[in-house]
Amino acid sequence: MSAVVQAPQTLPTQRGPVADFFIRLFREKPLGAVGFVVVLLFLFCGIFADLIAPYGMNQISPANRLKPPSERFWLGTDHLGRDMFSRLLYGAQLSVIIGFAAATLATVISVLLGIITGYLGGKVDLVVQRMVDAWMSFPDLIILIVVVSVLGPGMPQVIFVLGLVFGIGGSRIVRGAVVSVRENMYVHAAQSMGASTTRILLQHILPNILPPVIVLFTTRVGAVILVESGLSFLGFGVPPPAPTWGGLLSGSGRTYMYMAPWLALAPGLCITIVVYAINVLGDAMRDLLDPRMRGSR
Amino acid sequence: MRAYVIRRLLALIPTLFFASVIVFATVRMIPGDIIDLMISQNDISAGSADREQLEAALGLDKPIYTQYFRWIGGILLRGDFGSSLWQEQSVIGEILARLPTTFQLGFMALFVALIVAVPIGVWSAIRQDTWGDYLGRSFSIINLAVPGFWIGTMVMVFPAIWWGISPEVKFVPFSEDPWGNIVQLALPAAILGTSLSAITMRMTRTMMLEVLRQDYIRTAWAKGMNERTMVVRHALRNALIPVVTLIGLQAPILIGGTVIMEQIFVIPGMGLMLLEAVSRRDYPVITGVFLVVGVAVVLINLLVDLSYGLLDPKVRYR
Repeated sequence: MSAVVQAPQTLPTQRGPVADFFIRLFREKPLGAVGFVVVLLFLFCGIFADLIAPYGMNQISPANRLKPPSERFWLGTDHLGRDMFSRLLYGAQLSVIIGFAAATLATVISVLLGIITGYLGGKVDLVVQRMVDAWMSFPDLIILIVVVSVLGPGMPQVIFVLGLVFGIGGSRIVRGAVVSVRENMYVHAAQSMGASTTRILLQHILPNILPPVIVLFTTRVGAVILVESGLSFLGFGVPPPAPTWGGLLSGSGRTYMYMAPWLALAPGLCITIVVYAINVLGDAMRDLLDPRMRGSR
Repeated sequence: MRAYVIRRLLALIPTLFFASVIVFATVRMIPGDIIDLMISQNDISAGSADREQLEAALGLDKPIYTQYFRWIGGILLRGDFGSSLWQEQSVIGEILARLPTTFQLGFMALFVALIVAVPIGVWSAIRQDTWGDYLGRSFSIINLAVPGFWIGTMVMVFPAIWWGISPEVKFVPFSEDPWGNIVQLALPAAILGTSLSAITMRMTRTMMLEVLRQDYIRTAWAKGMNERTMVVRHALRNALIPVVTLIGLQAPILIGGTVIMEQIFVIPGMGLMLLEAVSRRDYPVITGVFLVVGVAVVLINLLVDLSYGLLDPKVRYR
């Protein structure tokens, strides 16, 4: 008997879902795997910016103003002699912090709103959906500009408002997932056995909407970074001298770009590469994690 | 169709109501005393009489719900959005003067988006899993990641460095010089449209792939119709119907994008008006622009839904 019980453990399929996911990612989705590696690199740069950066975030060096890229200053310097490479690394740090904090907040809001409206349905759902409709008819950027104009610029405000904007928008996706899970037999079984609503939501609904939620979180990080850079570009993000990627392309530096074009190139390239990597990773995750997409390559 | 229109119009009421509440609440109820900020930032002489005057001008001396109903009542009954705090000018007059420019930029961008997206989307679909398809799809996902303000910045900087040319920043109104105006808006519209084309291209491709698998397409193949006629007459027509809804969904993104383009290329539309108002803390103007943008998006979506009902009979009877 014991031999029969042990048998499944020797099968090669006994990997955790996480390991299984990464093996499939690298085997089936090479582009997604490249995205994953770039995202890791981005995280590394952001987390260890203080250690990697050769110069300080706002270290001014008047003797080295507007120096083109060289061995000493890899990506050149700006009009105050600040090293562009170092500033981009610190910019990555700001993007990591804002991206992950706002995306986490957004995901929490989306899941709460989506689960409540999707599972309860009825009048609550109807009213909340009309509110979401109204909210989504405002462009993200305009809500952000208006709110920051009232709250004043600063990192906490930016994170809070980005989280709110993307959270409310994303609740539709979570709601859709909840509605499709809600009608499953195991949910009806739990209901008929008298399980409490909280228990059904936490034990039965939440684990089953996790794949789309993980994908939502991933793509939100990219969206937050992109919108935040636009906001900083317009001067409503984290105020200077903080080297946000969007902020590096705006403000006083703009007039010097005609003399030092490298200032115009690098920050935009960073935003594009990181957001692209997050998007292809998100796409690959959607294909691999979402059961409805499975098998339809 | 009539029942559909009526149903759709009734659904508009709660959405518009909530939209107005959002506008009102965002601007008025957020912590931080607006009056203090305005006085400290704009060096208005801070006497208590001036303070009361300013509060009365903003209607802040009344309870919140009274403020809301006075505000929304003024707009609904008299079209009164209040007047700018810094210029002796009605907010709605200024908005109406600026709206056409933003709309023109938006429509031109949309036009560019469709011109770019539809051919690439169709090609990707009829040549699925070939190099052309991969190229088209990569173009689309890269576009989703490129910030428009970066392209705008490079377009300003590099031609100036290499060839000594830079886009004209003095705005030419359409009424004075229509052709000059269109030429001037072409560049921002092209940048905005290209980044907007990504989602439309993906949608066109997906819908084309779906339609190409239908029986009537197989019939068209079987009777020996040439590919071009089949793709254009039979497949594209049906595939484009759902793409129309995307225009409604993209309206907020489009308007958000015009703000950035208006700032870079100094185009005096609603976006620039909002940015100027924000830098002066001109709350009646901010509130007005915010509300008009929201209502515009809701109405664009209404038009899209109605035209969708016309294009696709199945929608009407749902």
